[in-house]
Amino acid sequence: MKARVRLFARLSELAGTREAEVEVGEGLTAGEVYRALCGRYPALSGLNGSIRYAVNGEYAEPGHPVGEGDEVALIPPVSGGSHAV
Amino acid sequence: MLFEVTSAVLDPQRLIDHVRKDESGAVALFSGVVRNENLGRRVLYLEYDSYQEMAEQVMREIADEALARWPITDVAMQHRTGRLEIGEASLLVAVSAPHRKAAFEACHALVDRFKEVAPVWKKEVWEGGEEWIEGEAVNRSG
Repeated sequence: MKARVRLFARLSELAGTREAEVEVGEGLTAGEVYRALCGRYPALSGLNGSIRYAVNGEYAEPGHPVGEGDEVALIPPVSGGSHAV
Repeated sequence: MLFEVTSAVLDPQRLIDHVRKDESGAVALFSGVVRNENLGRRVLYLEYDSYQEMAEQVMREIADEALARWPITDVAMQHRTGRLEIGEASLLVAVSAPHRKAAFEACHALVDRFKEVAPVWKKEVWEGGEEWIEGEAVNRSG
């Protein structure tokens, strides 16, 4: 019973990996996946306010449920906006 | 329609050819290119990372929005990932339409929308440092 986690950009550098797996338990949410990863990769801690989540390729709230086989992505703020190409 | 996130060099002519139809009187092409300066720093190169599958899905969704809103014929978008040198194209957006006004407007809106929502990130590398450019907040790591 596992879910796959994907990390990108600064988050992947902080964790030192682009992929992880977490055990899926009753009532697991996207936000709790992040907290579980912080235990494993302490460098990820403290970013709660800036991270967005995607579950199976769609933006999702931190309270979004995560089940077996789901893919959770931790999405740092995107580049667009202030520093235009 | 063509939506791609790729590490290969982008080819504007391919997108132009892809979106041009016989009923097209206009093709608008936006090319975002790597410049040598940001915030007073001399940029050496950029590195782009993306959540490829989701970024391509975002392209599809915002293209559908544009097709519903403007009288346009077709849309193609490409974003490059990996290391990009000064002058290389990172983002291409091509829009065809019977008339130029809709092509310009839809192309402009698609570029803005993509940069707002697409899971694509840019790392700037300059002499002696680097940082991921994250929207309004800039997080220094070098």
